[in-house]
Amino acid sequence: MQAFAELYRRLDRTTSRNAKIEAMADYFEQAAPADAAWAVYFLSGERPKRLLSSTDMRRWAAEMVGIPEWMLEESYTTVGDTAETITLLLPDEGGSAQKTLSYWVEERLLPLRNEDETVQREEVTSIWRELGRWERFVWNKLTTSGLRVGVSQGLTVRGLEAYSGIDRDVLTARMMGDWSPTAEFFQNLISEDTSDADRSRPYPFLLAHPIDNDVHPQEVVGDHDRFLAEWKWDGIRSQVIHREGEVFIWSRGEELITERYPEVASSAEALPHGVVLDGEILGWKDGKVLPFGMLQKRIGRKTLPSDLMEDVPISFMAFDLLEWNGDDIREWPLRARREKLESLFDAGRHGPSIRLTTPVQGDSWDALADTRADSREHKTEGLMLKRLDKAYAVGRPKGNWWKWKIEPYTLDGVLIYAQRGSGRRSTLHTDLSFALWDDDDELVIFAKAYSGLTDDQFQDLDNWVRRHTVERFGPVRSVEPEHVFEIAFEGVRRSNRHKCGVATRFPRIKRWRRDLAPKDADRLDDLKALLPALPDHVDADE
Amino acid sequence: MDGLLTVSDDGLYCPAGDFHIDPHRPVERAIVTHAHGDHAARGSDHYLTSAEGEGVLRHRMLDGAAIQTVAYGETIDVGGVTVSLHPAGHIRGSAQVRLEHRGEVWVVTGDYKVAPDPTCTPFELVECDVFITECTFGLPIYRWPDPEEVFGKINRWWKKNREEGKTSVLFGYSLGKAQRLIAGVDASIGPIYCHGAVQKMNDVYRGDGVNLPPTTYVSDENAPEDWSEALVVAPSSAGGSRWIQRFDPVSTGFASGWMRIRGNKRRRSLDRGFVLSDHLDWPHLNDVIDGTGAQTVYVTHGNNDSFARWLQEEKGLDARELPLRSQYDD
Repeated sequence: MQAFAELYRRLDRTTSRNAKIEAMADYFEQAAPADAAWAVYFLSGERPKRLLSSTDMRRWAAEMVGIPEWMLEESYTTVGDTAETITLLLPDEGGSAQKTLSYWVEERLLPLRNEDETVQREEVTSIWRELGRWERFVWNKLTTSGLRVGVSQGLTVRGLEAYSGIDRDVLTARMMGDWSPTAEFFQNLISEDTSDADRSRPYPFLLAHPIDNDVHPQEVVGDHDRFLAEWKWDGIRSQVIHREGEVFIWSRGEELITERYPEVASSAEALPHGVVLDGEILGWKDGKVLPFGMLQKRIGRKTLPSDLMEDVPISFMAFDLLEWNGDDIREWPLRARREKLESLFDAGRHGPSIRLTTPVQGDSWDALADTRADSREHKTEGLMLKRLDKAYAVGRPKGNWWKWKIEPYTLDGVLIYAQRGSGRRSTLHTDLSFALWDDDDELVIFAKAYSGLTDDQFQDLDNWVRRHTVERFGPVRSVEPEHVFEIAFEGVRRSNRHKCGVATRFPRIKRWRRDLAPKDADRLDDLKALLPALPDHVDADE
Repeated sequence: MDGLLTVSDDGLYCPAGDFHIDPHRPVERAIVTHAHGDHAARGSDHYLTSAEGEGVLRHRMLDGAAIQTVAYGETIDVGGVTVSLHPAGHIRGSAQVRLEHRGEVWVVTGDYKVAPDPTCTPFELVECDVFITECTFGLPIYRWPDPEEVFGKINRWWKKNREEGKTSVLFGYSLGKAQRLIAGVDASIGPIYCHGAVQKMNDVYRGDGVNLPPTTYVSDENAPEDWSEALVVAPSSAGGSRWIQRFDPVSTGFASGWMRIRGNKRRRSLDRGFVLSDHLDWPHLNDVIDGTGAQTVYVTHGNNDSFARWLQEEKGLDARELPLRSQYDD
C-alpha cells in the first residue's frame, strides 16, 4: 500500500504526461501481479461500487473525532471530497501497517459488502487507525470517489507499455470489456503471446477531432475530395460484433449493452461470422431518426416494456467495418473498408434494424457547408469528415476523422443562482443557473451550466457571488440579477420537470456578456420557439 | 449589535469614544489593527496603531497621514473609553484592540495567530467580556503542521529544484507572509530574490530592526546568469503574469493555510502547496476563545454562521455573526 500511495503522490504532484508514465512504470516494476492488477483497475478510473456509502463514512469520521454531523457536512462542502474531508478531520498520527494494496482491498474492503452498518463502521474505523495518514487518504479515495488523479485509461496503458514493452494497442484491447483485477489478469495483460483475443472484445474506438466553426475547413483539413462526408448522428456510438455465432454490442463507454437493444442484437445474427461494425445506436421510426430525448428513454433500461419498444424502436446505423471473415481489417484504408461494408449490405446480410449510412455528396466545401446547414432538419449534429486513404487507428489521432458540427443554439440568460462546484472547483461557485424573462416579466431558470469560463473568470465571478448573495439555501446562493451570459446548447425538448417547461441539452457558457444588462437577456418565448411541433405520438410529459 | 461597539456603514464603530476600528472607508478617527488592505483604508483624518506597526502602516497610507502610536499594553483615553493595543502575532505591528468602558471589557482581534513568527511580537491572550474574533479557518479540517516542519519542506523543495535546474518561485502575501518566509528559510541554500512589492516591505521590516537575510530586487539589471539557484518570493498575483516567465523553468509553491485543501493547490496549478498560515487553526481558535473567558463572542472573516453555531451549541456561549456590511474571504 505504501508503494501505491507513493505512486498516487507522484501522480498528484505533476501535470506532465511523461512524468506520470514514468511513475506508473516504476510502480509496476516493483509491484506483485496481484497488486499491479488492482493498480490498473483503480488507475483506469474504476472503483468497487455500492460497497460503502460516502455519507456513512463521513458520519463515522464525525463520531470518531467528536464533532456534530452538521459541522462535518459544513467541512465537506468546503473540501468537496469525502476522502479528503475525512483525512483532514482524523488525527494526523496514524498506524504504519505494512500490507499490500491487494490486502487492503481484497481482505479488508471487499468483505464489507452486504455487512450491516455496525460491522462496516467498526472495520472502517479500525482501518483508519492502522493506516498512515497518506495511505489512509488513498484508501479513502479508492473507496469513495475513485482515484481521480489525472490518469485516464489511455495514460495507464502508456504506463503499462513503458513498463512491459507490450504494444499499447494490444494492451488497450486486452483492457476492454469485463475483467477482474486478479494476478492472472495482470499476467495475461502483459503476456507476450498476443493470440488470446477474447471473442467478445470490441476494438478501441476511433474518435474525431472537431473543426472550429470560425475557420474554413480547407485551412484545417485541406481538399474536400480526400474525404468521405457523412451525417454526424446523435445517438450512442457502438460496435456490433458477430463472432462464432454470438452477438455482442458494446458502447463507447465500454459497456456491454447487447440486451438493451434486442432489435439490433437479433438483426446482427444475420451478419456473416467474424464481422465487427462501427456505428451509432439511434431511435428510428417510420424511416426517420427520433430525437435524442426519445432515445434517452431506452438508455440504461434493462427491462423493456412492449409499449416502450413500440414508441422508441432502435436501429444501428453502421458506418465502418473493422473485422471481416474474422480478420482485423483496421489497417485497410477507409475506401476499402467502406466497399466491403457496402457489399455486405448489397448481399442483404444485415437484419431489418441495421442500416448503412448514406454518404453526403458535395463537390466543394461550400456545397458541403450548404448541406451541413440542413443538419438540424435531419436531426443530426453536423457532418463527419473521414479521410478515405487512412486506416482505422486507435484513439484520437490527428487527421483521420473530423467532426464538423453545426453551431449550437445560443441564448442570453441572467445568472440567478450559484453553487460551489465539486472536485478541484470545490472552493468556487461554478455551478450556475441562468434564467430568461417570461410573459409576466419574471426570471425563470432555463439552464444550469458548469463550464465555459476560464479559471480566472470563475475566480472573478466567485468573488462577485460572495459579495452579492441575496439568500442562502444550503449550498445554493441566490444572487442579484446583474450578470448576463451567453449560453450555448445542442437541442431542446419539452419537459414537465423543468419549471420553464423546456429542457436544454448540453448547456454551457459560451461567453460572459458584460456588455449586456439583465433587461437585454432573452425571453422564454425565444427558447420555446426552438421546440419542434409536438408530434401526435409524443407525450408532452417525458 | 448594540453596546460599546456597533456597526456603521464604515465598519465597527464605538459611539462612546467616537472612533472606528478598521473602517473600510475614510473616517475621522480610525484605530487600525494592522496594515493589510482589508483592515487599513487610506484617507482617514487620524490613525491610532501600535508603535511596532507604525513603519508598515506609514508605508501603506497616504503621505503625511496623521498616525499616533502606543506601545503594546499602554493605555490611553479616547473620548472617555480606555483603549490599549495588545500583540496579535499576525504580521509586524498587528494588534488586538482592548476597550474598557463602565466596567465592561471588549476585545477586537483583527487578524491573529499563535504560531511562532520571528518578524513580530507573539500573540498575547487578553481576558474580556465580549470578544470579536476572526474565524478565517473556523472549521475542524484546518489544523496546521509545525512551522519548523513546513520550513524543512520548503528548504528541501528549494534544494531539489536547484539540483534539477529549476527556479523556486514561492508565493505569499507581500506584507507579512513574505517576510516570515524569508526569515524562516535556510538562506545558505542560495540567493533570495524578491518581487518589488515584497522587496519594499523587506526594507520597511529591516528599518524596524527585523533581522532578514539579504534579498535582491528582481530586475533586468540584477538578473543573474542562471536563476535556478535562486528562491524568488512574490505575491501570488504575479503567478500568471509575464513577470514570472523570465525564471523558466520554474517550480511554483504557495505558502498559505488554504493549501491544507488540495483543491486550492490544484486549481491554481501550483507545483507545491505549503501549509503555513498567519491565522489560527481550529484547535488554537477554540483554545483562545476559551482562554478569554468571554461569554459573548462575535465572529467574522470566515464561515461565520457555522462557527457561531458551534460556539453556541458546544460551548454554550452567546455567539453571533458580526454583521459587517463588507466581508472579505481572505
